[in-house]
Amino acid sequence: MNIGVIVFPGSNCDRDVRWATEACLGVPTSFLWHETTDLDGYDAIVIPGGFSYGDYLRCGAIARFAPVLNSLISFVDKGGKVLGICNGFQILTELGILQGALTRNKNLHFICDKANLSIASTKSFWMKNYKKLDSISLPIAHGEGRFQCSSDVLKKLQDDDSVALRYFDNPNGSIDDIAGITNKNGNVLGMMPHPERACDDVLGKIDGKSILSALLS
Amino acid sequence: MSLFKARVFVHLRPSVLDPAGEATRSATKRLGIDGVTQLRIGKSIELEIEAASKEDARSKIEIMSDRLLANPVIEDWTLEFKDEQKSLKN
Repeated sequence: MNIGVIVFPGSNCDRDVRWATEACLGVPTSFLWHETTDLDGYDAIVIPGGFSYGDYLRCGAIARFAPVLNSLISFVDKGGKVLGICNGFQILTELGILQGALTRNKNLHFICDKANLSIASTKSFWMKNYKKLDSISLPIAHGEGRFQCSSDVLKKLQDDDSVALRYFDNPNGSIDDIAGITNKNGNVLGMMPHPERACDDVLGKIDGKSILSALLS
Repeated sequence: MSLFKARVFVHLRPSVLDPAGEATRSATKRLGIDGVTQLRIGKSIELEIEAASKEDARSKIEIMSDRLLANPVIEDWTLEFKDEQKSLKN
């Protein structure tokens, strides 16, 4: 098992992810600069949080055109496992790998807090250590995490069992309390909360470990 | 080739809440102006583009607007050309 963590100019959770996967879980992890196009040899790719390319225009709008993401599309088509966290989730929606869009929090605040979450679906590879409706608590840190989509897309996400995580106490105005979704095949998960910040006992909660440890089994 | 000046105005779809617009609207009351019932904030993008014709420029800007300048999931856009074209000397 090899994990690649994509690094854009402006990524700031790349090292946190590597700490979680390599130091806490023992999975070999390398950084992938955004200009690379070679994803051969990786079993899973993580797109970390941050402010890729400054998030000018819209979050993820410019990152979406990075060379590495062209390769990511074929990686996903071949069933490769992808986890997009926070800015990574925003990038996956801009890229069209995941549906919907993320926009300004309803209260306009940058929210840095803990969020209580419910596992809404275990369809995704990443959720295989959970049972449906399990409760977990993960850190959130975002200004643009309000998930939006049309009512048709929302119905499709619900019908396909693609809503992966819901907030108990919706912090940002997301439609249907959505905190994370998967693609139809379940190999791609995008989520606003940060599992990589909840993998080390020293930091308190370790609820994020179960998501990332899906890579071990 | 000619140089065309254009403006693309990107705004949130009417169905998408614009909290920044709402916050600004509430400030109009504090300024003492009543009666502002709707205030929504968008982005204005001014650009110059070289193209063979206005139609060519329009089709390029349309692609840019759909794929880069706006996110059609939450945003709409409109395009206006600013003034007459300038011919480019090669």
